[in-house]
Amino acid sequence: MESIRDKVAIIGMGCCKFGENWDKSPEDMIIEAAYEAYEDAGIGPKDIQAGWLGTVSAHWIGMGGLALAEPLKLQGIPITRVENWCATGHEALRNASFAVACGMYDIAIAVGFEKLKDTGFPGLGVGRGMHPTLEMRRTAPSSFAFIATRYFHKYGLSPEQGKETLAKIAVKNHKNGSMHPKAHFQREITLDQALKAPIIAWPLGLFDCCGNSDGAAVAIITRAELAKKYRDDPIYIKGMGLSQNNMMPHFQPHFDWTGFDVTKNASRQAYEQAGIKDPRKEIDLAVVHDCFTITELIIYEDLGFSPKGKAKEDVDAGTFALDGELPVNTDGGLKCFGHPVGASGLRMSYEIYKQLQGKAGKRQLKNAERGLAHTLGGHPSVSCVMVYGNSTG
Amino acid sequence: MVGIKSYGAYIPVVRLNRDLISSAWGTRSIGGERSVANYDQDSLTMAVEALLNCVDGEDSEGVGGLFFASTTSPYKEKCCSSIMATVADLSKEIWTSDFGNSLRSGTSAFRSALNAVKSGDRNNVVVTSADCRLGTPRSVDEQIFGDGAAAVLVGDSDVIATIEDAYSVSDDITDVWRTDQDTFVRSWEDRWVLTNGYTKNMKAAISGIMKRQGLTPKDIAKVVLCSPDARSYVGLARALGFDTKTQVQDPLISTIGNLGAAQPLILLISALEEAKPGDKILLASYGDGSDAFILQVTDAIEGVKEKRSVKDSIGLKMMLSTYPKYLAFRDLVPLPQEFIKLFPSASVMWRTQNWSLRGHGSKCKKCGLVSFPIQRVCFNCQSRDEFEEVRLSDKKGKVYTYSLDSLAGGVEPPTVQTIVESEEGGARLYCLMTDCNPEEVKVGMPVEMTFRRFHREGGFYNYFWKCRPVR
Repeated sequence: MESIRDKVAIIGMGCCKFGENWDKSPEDMIIEAAYEAYEDAGIGPKDIQAGWLGTVSAHWIGMGGLALAEPLKLQGIPITRVENWCATGHEALRNASFAVACGMYDIAIAVGFEKLKDTGFPGLGVGRGMHPTLEMRRTAPSSFAFIATRYFHKYGLSPEQGKETLAKIAVKNHKNGSMHPKAHFQREITLDQALKAPIIAWPLGLFDCCGNSDGAAVAIITRAELAKKYRDDPIYIKGMGLSQNNMMPHFQPHFDWTGFDVTKNASRQAYEQAGIKDPRKEIDLAVVHDCFTITELIIYEDLGFSPKGKAKEDVDAGTFALDGELPVNTDGGLKCFGHPVGASGLRMSYEIYKQLQGKAGKRQLKNAERGLAHTLGGHPSVSCVMVYGNSTG
Repeated sequence: MVGIKSYGAYIPVVRLNRDLISSAWGTRSIGGERSVANYDQDSLTMAVEALLNCVDGEDSEGVGGLFFASTTSPYKEKCCSSIMATVADLSKEIWTSDFGNSLRSGTSAFRSALNAVKSGDRNNVVVTSADCRLGTPRSVDEQIFGDGAAAVLVGDSDVIATIEDAYSVSDDITDVWRTDQDTFVRSWEDRWVLTNGYTKNMKAAISGIMKRQGLTPKDIAKVVLCSPDARSYVGLARALGFDTKTQVQDPLISTIGNLGAAQPLILLISALEEAKPGDKILLASYGDGSDAFILQVTDAIEGVKEKRSVKDSIGLKMMLSTYPKYLAFRDLVPLPQEFIKLFPSASVMWRTQNWSLRGHGSKCKKCGLVSFPIQRVCFNCQSRDEFEEVRLSDKKGKVYTYSLDSLAGGVEPPTVQTIVESEEGGARLYCLMTDCNPEEVKVGMPVEMTFRRFHREGGFYNYFWKCRPVR
């Protein structure tokens, strides 16, 4: 099995302002992100040879690649729509990368977007239309509240201790997000605010949940050997991992709800390709799927940043803060950007791309050379891990 | 001798203090409490509870018939007893039949079961009756009516009470009714109703059966009279020569209310629970006529006393905090719009009924793993189609993890979402918890499964299993 390492480079990225974009259509957001990416790469739409679009929204079923071809007028080239739960944005980039790596295309565009704010519902929805009774009233907050309840139980955390640990993650991410002009939420919160927020799905309160936002993000990629033709500081793909579990782990015997094989397996694949042995030491920053604060806590353990059951100690020590040993969600994460599902994987990659280029403004880390982006989808059922670096080798 | 072999009562756990109704309307309270079907219950699901209480421990393969009697069947056209037979895993070869349209439908079904067994056509016929009638808001009916279900198994051996005789009278009188256009029960002036409807017909049937059996009031240990309210049965019993202090069964109006078509059988069960071998019981129901029965309790009664009694069920209760919640439970007031995106499909429900209605999981023949819903390929060893079905809906379990969801909507938030680990091979069931106080939910809490109504999307009822704290 070959590795993807150093075969593909990102030469341009764009990201629209995330938020409650009442006055913007999906097309408006795609145009905003794509033209930023064209300018960043120094190319135009006529240079794009193939496109991959990631989006999950039900009302787009049946739209195929047209939802990308139409707004950007990318006519006459192959465009494929992909969907893989919350890893959808990553999947657009991952599949585009294979096409570029094999030499089929020199330049491809990967686009992810979601328009959540036109549904009239403040969340991803209830029931979700999968089975008429089996999943009735299943919500995303509940699926992740199961994890918090079980994690607290397994490691003997009282609800107060558990909720305080989670609140620290929310406070950290809001602090980072306050420094990002494209974030949906750009203000800091206090520990007290997080702890006293209304309960959404016990034990998760309002500030344990990410926002529901609209957004779009874009990457333009080429083969690694062509990258320097376009810019001096391309960002290279070092590893790509993807793993699936089951549609409904709720029914899976022995599923333990305190750690997820999908993240472990996806990161194992990506680490092997990238040659990473000790992720805590070898990764300079990570932007991970903090759909809920409990998710981020578990991710620390699943990605090998913290020992099993010990993430709380690292949270207390500030390990993952912007000035910590391994900064996580330097842009504010899903917590501040919300989770326009198809866009999220690419929005995370956008932050790492900028950090590795030294262009992250007030959030800029020193000497960041290798970054990881992680998405986790389903309940949880799917995970994608991407590792990027700013040099080959 | 044909008689009752087993019984099962079901009173929903929810109660409404009648003072809450009267204070909401500024009317007079008749006092006490009424039972209320939870928001996820209807006559069918309550009848399922009674049925499963009744045939629990019996060889369900031996059941030859299942009747469902109600004036509040969820369907006007569709056989509810066939749904129930599926849910209870009864044989496909049984005779299912629905009885309706009359408060006498419960005893009509009972008499039909008696005749079916007597004639040799069918043996072991389960009669279920359930009701969930709506009194017009502010009416006295709204206070008096209660919700619940009862089931009895009629067979020709090992009976706990023989059915000595059955006697009926018919009489057309538009005293209490609902037309095909009505949601709420209507009635004519109560004095006329009681005199010319209830009292006259009950007297005729009871006198008739007593005379035919050569019985006098002192021969009867307990007289079980349906009663539209908390008083009328007393005058009737006295007029018939019974001692109202010792011989008459309490109609449970003050604690649960008038259960409609289910009332005669639930009161009969109450009487059986206190009966001694040799007791004679007189049962009479009313509705455009009257059905009367004489039963004689056998020695076998001593063997069934361990069942949950009606008295226990009355004691198991959760009080509704407000009257508007009752209105919401019965869909009598509009609630905020829900954003549930469901995909109701009759063919999906049909195709999945072995797990969705019966509550079956699959047990791998190679590695023994038990899974729910039924899995064709084993989670553990990936064997294909190497499984046997196991019924999980009658097994207890423990809460593995849970959430109290305020976003999920529903009639009474927060929705209690649980993942249950079954005592059957550790199978996991993702389900909603009902009949519970959300604040008391804990990891490790013992639960059992209960059959509930989910929604009516697609124009038909979608039923599935939930869990509840072990009762």
